[in-house]
Amino acid sequence: MTPLLVALGAAVGATLRFWVGHHLDDRWPTGTLLVNVAGSFVLGLVVGASPSESAVALVGTGLCGGLTTYSAFAVQTRDLGPARGAAYAIVTVGLALAASALGFLVGQA
Amino acid sequence: MAGPRPRQPATKRFVNRPAPTPTVLLAVALGGALGGTLRWWLGDLAPDGTGFPWTTFAINVSGSLALALLPLVAMVRARPALAVGLGPGLLGGYTTLSTYAEQGRGLLADGRPVLAAAYLAGTLAACLVAVTLAGRLSNRAWRAEFASEDGNE
Repeated sequence: MTPLLVALGAAVGATLRFWVGHHLDDRWPTGTLLVNVAGSFVLGLVVGASPSESAVALVGTGLCGGLTTYSAFAVQTRDLGPARGAAYAIVTVGLALAASALGFLVGQA
Repeated sequence: MAGPRPRQPATKRFVNRPAPTPTVLLAVALGGALGGTLRWWLGDLAPDGTGFPWTTFAINVSGSLALALLPLVAMVRARPALAVGLGPGLLGGYTTLSTYAEQGRGLLADGRPVLAAAYLAGTLAACLVAVTLAGRLSNRAWRAEFASEDGNE
């Protein structure tokens, strides 16, 4: 059951990320940044709330894992060049960490 | 990130892009399901534990490397559904930034800032080295073609 929930969540998450990226990514990857931060927030929420194993599989491992991406983030960082790439990487990691912490706090409340 | 390579040209400049076709969305969904399941399976096989999250590290580095290698494959460049099914779908679903951030948060909350910094910076550095080296194998036109098909979303 667990892998099916992961697959379902990841299918939805990946499609959502693709749709957002397709419409918002330009010279600056706004869409990918947005989904990476949003997914980190929701995963923090899930970990903080520690729901059932099924919910973790569907929403955490599946949806959030599929919604966020490291591969596109890495290639986009490279393609932005040293200065803008460094800015993009720092903003992404910083905001994702902050979103994760905020989500965790909200989830625990 | 180092190196003299000039910045990639922006290949999509349209504010109102046509919506992705159903075939393309289906390819992303299928690839995402497969990639997410593969990530889950590896995590089940070799759980990250409480130290350096090696499994997630390996997933993110291998997935980033694979994405940077995709423009080399003529068959992938020739078929947009394959490009998005494998890039944003399979590899996007396989790699994860949410788990990476959550693990960094967890290590910081556990009072292990050095390990957290090593993990966060180490993953980033390893992925950037991987995609930079892989990028040297392809040419600019191939990368631009792959990017124009939304391969890097």
